[in-house]
Amino acid sequence: MTAAVKETPVTPLLEVRNLSKFYGARIGCENVNFNLYPGEVLGIVGESGSGKSTLLNCLAGHLPSDSGEVIFDTRADGPQDTLTMSEPERRMLGRTDWAFVHQNPRDGLRMRISAGGNVGERLMAVGARHYGDIRQEAGDWLARVEIDMSRIDDRPSGFSGGMQQRLQIARNLVTGPRLVFMDEPTGGLDVSVQARLLDLLRGLVRRLGLSAIIVTHDLAVVRLLADRLMVMKGGQVVETGLTDQVLDDPQHAYTQLLVSSVLQV
Amino acid sequence: MISNYNFAYLDEQTKRMIRRAILKGVSVPGYQVPFASREMPMPYGWGTGGVQVSAACLTPDDTFKVIDQGADDTTNAVSIRKFFEKTAGVAVTERTSDATVIQTRHRIPETDLTEDQILVYQVPIPEPLRFLEPRETETRKMHALEEYGLMHVKLYEDIAKHGEIATAYAYPVKVEGRYVMDPSPIPKFDNPKLESAALQLFGAGREQRIYAVPPYTKVVSLDFEDYPFDPSRADHPCELCGAEDSYLDEVIVDDAGGRIFVCSDTDYCAARREKGEAA
Repeated sequence: MTAAVKETPVTPLLEVRNLSKFYGARIGCENVNFNLYPGEVLGIVGESGSGKSTLLNCLAGHLPSDSGEVIFDTRADGPQDTLTMSEPERRMLGRTDWAFVHQNPRDGLRMRISAGGNVGERLMAVGARHYGDIRQEAGDWLARVEIDMSRIDDRPSGFSGGMQQRLQIARNLVTGPRLVFMDEPTGGLDVSVQARLLDLLRGLVRRLGLSAIIVTHDLAVVRLLADRLMVMKGGQVVETGLTDQVLDDPQHAYTQLLVSSVLQV
Repeated sequence: MISNYNFAYLDEQTKRMIRRAILKGVSVPGYQVPFASREMPMPYGWGTGGVQVSAACLTPDDTFKVIDQGADDTTNAVSIRKFFEKTAGVAVTERTSDATVIQTRHRIPETDLTEDQILVYQVPIPEPLRFLEPRETETRKMHALEEYGLMHVKLYEDIAKHGEIATAYAYPVKVEGRYVMDPSPIPKFDNPKLESAALQLFGAGREQRIYAVPPYTKVVSLDFEDYPFDPSRADHPCELCGAEDSYLDEVIVDDAGGRIFVCSDTDYCAARREKGEAA
């Protein structure tokens, strides 16, 4: 007999129950259920219009959901339904424990404010009022995302697409969030820049022990980053499982189509 | 006074509406109260908001003073003073201490105000977050939820670019520990004077907002711990009256680079010179 392993039940960081969102009669996403555990990276893949971005926006509170529960394990009060939470609380989560990386960095950055100001904004939003400290922290984070310190006072409009995306990531991670929502973080970047960004993201996620939900249509991205995968089609989740399992042995017809559609070089 | 006008130009219902907005503004210091701003017989940007607030506050017994950049004799000040002389028939003055209602553009008088006085500001852009967050729906939400981190981003940018907080006018303040307010484009030198014995009303005509700072309300200029607020002043005495505690204008006096510094508050300067001659 092996020694009994003492199991401590782990509270999921995010627990999603029967989440639905309709656009009139049309389905945005329907009856989505999943648990996300601390340190886990969940990939959501699917074709355009499959509801993956809708789902992400519902989870992050950017879109009102029609029904369901999104229970987040908050630091202070334990598991709380973020959909019924008051707006100030939800917005507070949005700038402390949560982070949202947009596909287009222009949506997530303030283009008329310097790189340092962009990173510092979240710090100031949670009450930092010491210029030297804020600047130091911003500089640290720029270094972590491989942006040269000499660019700290430049506006992101003068940055390349890859740099803008890295800056957006720095800006989001500076307050030490526990859950990161990413909407096509590598979309619109050329492959070599994509590779560098993925490498950086993988490093950050592993080192900081972040949980993340990554929406993408790029299977290579989820293969690299995600522990688990959810495949969506027409607003429904059609398949879930470990990433390698889903990609190597797809069960649902749509997943099979998706996997076989990847171009090989 | 021409009898064809109602007293102080506006009709009584309009004044009533404005007074209600003022009362609400006084009850919630620093909060921008929307009001149905009327067309006034002057262009936007000339003080239509201030004029409406003044019109709603004036009584026939009031003494009215208008200042524009500290001066009583500039176009804006003269035209508004004449406007109320004509439509309200109130007494007008250039002396700060004699006035009961003072309408101002871009300055607070040097002479300390009293509890019997009302200071009315003309405000071009009431929203302090305007150039940081262009969506009005969003800025209103930020005010409601007290999310003012963005205001410090502006100050951060100043220091990053210029090595100090370079915002010299319309310097953001926090009123009574709650609302962040744009004190209209007064120089930051005047910010400490926002804590005053007089009632201060702010009217923005084009933007249709009224807000207020009641007497003795706490008004704090925003800053960083390591870059504290500094109400700066040109390092000169006034060329005419010798004052060393007043806000100065730099005046070019010839085409050979000659320049002097003089008080921006003309009444304050004149009063000091009169006293000097008498003594």
